Amino acid sequence: MSNVPTELRYTKSHEWVRREDDGTVTIGITEHAQELLGDLVFVEAPEAGSTYAVGDDCAVVESVKAASDVYSPLTGDIIEANEALADTPEVINSDPYGEGWIFKMKLADEGELDSLLDASAYAEQIAAED
Amino acid sequence: MLIFEHSQPGRANTAQIPRDIDKVADIPEQFLRTTPVGLPEVSEMQTVRHFTRLSQKNFSIDTQFYPLGSCTMKYNPRGCNSLALLPGFTQRHPLTPDNLSQGFLACMFDLQEMLKDVTGMKGVSMAPMAGAQGEFAGVAMIRAYHDAKGDDARTEILVPDAAHGTNPATATMCNYKVKEIPTDDQGDVDIEALKAAVGPQTAGIMLTNPSTLGVFERRIKDIADIVHNAGGLLYYDGANLNAILGKVKPGDMGFDVIHMNLHKTFSTPHGGGGPGAGPVGVSERLLPYMPVPVVTKQDDQYRLLTEKDIPETMGRLSAFMGNAGVLLRAYIYASMLGRDGMQRVAEFATLNANYMMARLKQAGFQLAFENRRATHEFIVTLKKQSKELHVSAMDFAKRLLDYNYHAPTTYFPLLVPECFLIEPTETETKQEMDGFIDAMIKINEEAQSNSDLVTSAPHTLPVKRLDDVKAAKQLDLSWNN
Repeated sequence: MSNVPTELRYTKSHEWVRREDDGTVTIGITEHAQELLGDLVFVEAPEAGSTYAVGDDCAVVESVKAASDVYSPLTGDIIEANEALADTPEVINSDPYGEGWIFKMKLADEGELDSLLDASAYAEQIAAED
Repeated sequence: MLIFEHSQPGRANTAQIPRDIDKVADIPEQFLRTTPVGLPEVSEMQTVRHFTRLSQKNFSIDTQFYPLGSCTMKYNPRGCNSLALLPGFTQRHPLTPDNLSQGFLACMFDLQEMLKDVTGMKGVSMAPMAGAQGEFAGVAMIRAYHDAKGDDARTEILVPDAAHGTNPATATMCNYKVKEIPTDDQGDVDIEALKAAVGPQTAGIMLTNPSTLGVFERRIKDIADIVHNAGGLLYYDGANLNAILGKVKPGDMGFDVIHMNLHKTFSTPHGGGGPGAGPVGVSERLLPYMPVPVVTKQDDQYRLLTEKDIPETMGRLSAFMGNAGVLLRAYIYASMLGRDGMQRVAEFATLNANYMMARLKQAGFQLAFENRRATHEFIVTLKKQSKELHVSAMDFAKRLLDYNYHAPTTYFPLLVPECFLIEPTETETKQEMDGFIDAMIKINEEAQSNSDLVTSAPHTLPVKRLDDVKAAKQLDLSWNN
């Protein structure tokens, strides 16, 4: 069973969301997602300044097996993308919830956070997939 | 060893060069190169041996069983090849006027008519050079159709999540937004999700039937009605046409446009990047937008229709009409089969796949869709082996090479974890398929008794396990002197 930190929120499509103290959110893909994908070789992160709505594909992660879209879990503006991923996409494999973050967002409506899954609901979903 | 590594300064390949050779005198001095061209310096004999050795290291349909799902690696009849190589064909220049190309154009016209007949479409253009270009032409026609009606609100193409990656790529190339439609647990398109997704913004749906999950889309009529009622068109991806050839026509299922991969279904050589052939077929309403040129027959004369004849065409895809040599091979193949033969292709392709599926199931392998019959291909999931024994689908694939079988398609479709997509095609014997199944059973035993043997495979090939991460991140294909 892969690690599902309790302090984060999740989507069905395997993104995680962390609310920061300044009200912004940090987003990445879960440990389970990186396990399914295998060794990552390329990440295309969204550009700072662009705007996405819930469910928009906003980034691409590519592994030796497959290329996969990352969907925006929330609506808002991209304030920063993790540029280190361009050279070292493998940190998503080694540290998906830390160094492997993909982008940070400023939300249009913080209330949307409540629509995300909590850790136990996400853990249940991936257990069911197995 | 690279051919450059055989190089010896001053050695040359001179056997075929005439003794007396005039100096090329009309190139001005300042344009003549002063440095060597950097080609390998080897003899003719060395060159022949080098490339013959390389070809012997290759896995190919001529040497090994090649059950690569979704690729239809069937036997390429030698007769098709020798007839397509008749001098009358090979020496025809593509700019030869129509009145001096009647033989070639007659073949092309007949192929067009046969493809129309077997797919149930109203028109066929053989201009696309390969499958991806056929897809592009198809979706460009959907766009042209909506544009001609002034319907510019249609901005979305629907694509099931089981689709080939080329489908969303094509829709994006044609400036459409892609909306993914989920699949239910039996491998069919989720009809409720489809109903919720269609609307005035729907330009069309791109569908592969049978799907990449190795099952027939059972509610195709409902899907066609839902999309048509919303004003969208239906695109048929011909990747899996081999399963239904001559048995079911995409035109009868309600499709408006289809691309065919002649290099799969019609048995022209492929692999290693082509050349391919991706003709498109269209329903009545898309006839005005077909890519040119298209062959026609008027008063017993064949000629090419161009922009003058089809003014609303989506355009040209290359300087001429498709890959002539590939189209010729497909024409000969289709003529040899005839209507009955095409049905036999579908019957034996599906029979072979179902035989292999049943035997692998008997041997304890887990199928992705236990309750469904296979089409021309089927999916085995090695999830259990991966979880319990830490032997992945990739490890099985590499070990199969040691048993002298090309691996099936691995990790596609993405919906099924640790999967093998297995497509034997109609041209394999029972003995060959049995051999492959025996190898699978043997590898499964090895995975339990000696998993290192499997996870470190291949052991018998010139190269061992390759570093696929490095190959993806630091691919270096150049030789530096």
